[in-house]
Amino acid sequence: MPEKEIVSPVTAGITSQADAERLQFEQRRNFLRNSAAFTGAALAAGAAGSAPAQAAKLAVNKSNKEMGREIEPAVYGMPSKFEAHVKRRRTDVLKNKQHWSDWSMTPIHQQPGITTPNGLFYERHHAGTPDINPDEHALVVHGMVKQPLKFSMDNLMRYRAKSVFNFMECSGNTLTDWQQAKATTVQQSHGLLSCAQWTGVPLSTLLDEAGLDSGAKWVLLEGADGSAHARSIPIEKCMGDALIVYAMNGEALRPENGYPVRAFLPGWEGNVCVKWLRRIKVSDKPWHLRSETARYTDPMPEGKWRQFSMTMECKSVITRPSGGMMLQGPGTYEIEGFAWSGNGTITAVDITTDGGKTWRRADLEGPILDRCLTRFRYTWDWKGGPAKIASRAVDNTNYVQPTITDIAKKRFTSGFVQHHNGIFPWSVSEKGEVKNAIA
Amino acid sequence: MRSHKKLTTTAAALMVSAFIGGNAWAAKYGSPISEADIAAWDIDISTSTGEGLPEGKGTVAEGAKIFAEKCVACHGEKAGGGEMYGSMVGGIGSMTKPKRKLTPGSMYPYAPILFDYVRRTMPMESPQSLTNNEVYALAAYIYNLNGLVPDNATVNADTLRKMKMPNRDGFMTDDRPDVTSTRCMTNCPELEPILKK
Repeated sequence: MPEKEIVSPVTAGITSQADAERLQFEQRRNFLRNSAAFTGAALAAGAAGSAPAQAAKLAVNKSNKEMGREIEPAVYGMPSKFEAHVKRRRTDVLKNKQHWSDWSMTPIHQQPGITTPNGLFYERHHAGTPDINPDEHALVVHGMVKQPLKFSMDNLMRYRAKSVFNFMECSGNTLTDWQQAKATTVQQSHGLLSCAQWTGVPLSTLLDEAGLDSGAKWVLLEGADGSAHARSIPIEKCMGDALIVYAMNGEALRPENGYPVRAFLPGWEGNVCVKWLRRIKVSDKPWHLRSETARYTDPMPEGKWRQFSMTMECKSVITRPSGGMMLQGPGTYEIEGFAWSGNGTITAVDITTDGGKTWRRADLEGPILDRCLTRFRYTWDWKGGPAKIASRAVDNTNYVQPTITDIAKKRFTSGFVQHHNGIFPWSVSEKGEVKNAIA
Repeated sequence: MRSHKKLTTTAAALMVSAFIGGNAWAAKYGSPISEADIAAWDIDISTSTGEGLPEGKGTVAEGAKIFAEKCVACHGEKAGGGEMYGSMVGGIGSMTKPKRKLTPGSMYPYAPILFDYVRRTMPMESPQSLTNNEVYALAAYIYNLNGLVPDNATVNADTLRKMKMPNRDGFMTDDRPDVTSTRCMTNCPELEPILKK
């Protein structure tokens, strides 16, 4: 597989990449369906499709007739060589001229479960990834506290740990696709989204130990990277569910995700979950840094900017079929995707296959967790004509994922606009080509 | 590996507590440290008041010289946009236009933001290498290019604190959920783009 293998737009017939990706995914799906992992999964009983062709006579597998690779004495296991196409990728929709303040996106269409493997977790840095020796790293808590404190990594790991499953999404996810269809694949349109089990210490534990002064209202989180990235966080979040995490998905954080320690603020945009965390400072007011005035703010009508809009509101997207894929003729297809909400749990996902005129409830697959990716599935009988498919999520605050036209009634959507949680349609042509249909 | 061993120990403790319950106590593992010993890390400016701005000063002319040495390669002549990044000049008055131009002059509500940001991040390949005087000089130069300080200005903590920025009143706090949508199931309006074709 070549190094550059962004799924290209489907032209006449099938592009080799789209085709290969589809076949590989099909094989993996069948494998997963037949394995114990998917037993009891909510696979909706679809309408009868065309009868499958008779399978050919089987020969004994070559792998049955030889010894496999031997167990190595000590190794970090890697994915199959046949999965080499599954990669986190920079986007070529919005190209930065340097790759230190840049981002790479998760292949969410190639993520069967709800947790993202650490090697595929999306990245966004402001000055590249530092390699920090945990034995030399320290975290300080100071400012409006009774006793400033310094914590080594050994200190932090002595506290009772807490683990949570939560998604993380960049505030800029989907920002290339408000007014024009720019992204080809769902990785490019929605790949600044990942999900993990996070393990660490409640931030409140550290703040309680330092002792908050009366009047403490805001907390600065600052990184040890070359941008010393920093954000102001309200004290309520810090004393609530905010975590100082050192592990994700059962292992130490990866360098690109903040090793050895980062903040994690469940349900809030990724950039407030400051990586390579070195300093926590308490104050009575926010700092109004560049990262919370000139960046990560929402343009509003009448020239205004909205600040501190950090919760990621309810959103969903169909990951399969999605942009760059090709349906192989009329029949039944499994529509699947993710729904998530920074405000709570997903209570429903509806699917349209006629461009929004009618909607039907999709099946939600458990576990359905608070502020976590939730898988939805829906069996669709595609008759073969042009179609437009989309998903719409509802969360337990009864918030209904809006259309972009609903959002545009309240917000300015021109430029580098954050917090796009609009319904995202894909068109399916008569030939089965799936394309971005946001515009 | 060191951390794996520790994680295992922590996980075991968690399992025990999950079964027995109520055995956690307020352990204290942080080491006391003085604010004086944190000083080298304490680089943030509370930009609405200027609290944290250090001693020092710089002129527009000094800033122009430093910019030509350390900034121009990425930001272009007179900060008008270069190899890597767009313009840092102009845009004042553009917030109510269809295309807003975001620069330190047009966007920042408080002048000390520029000092805070340049000191913590610039130059990109050697951040935190500039002296406080150099950062003040660069702030003087960039704000001069934006027409906010005169050509002969000397900028220090006091001048940055007192500057009235054009976008001072341009911000609002989070008012979401601001968008409401109905869960229509049948005979719904079709999904349409924001820009009508």
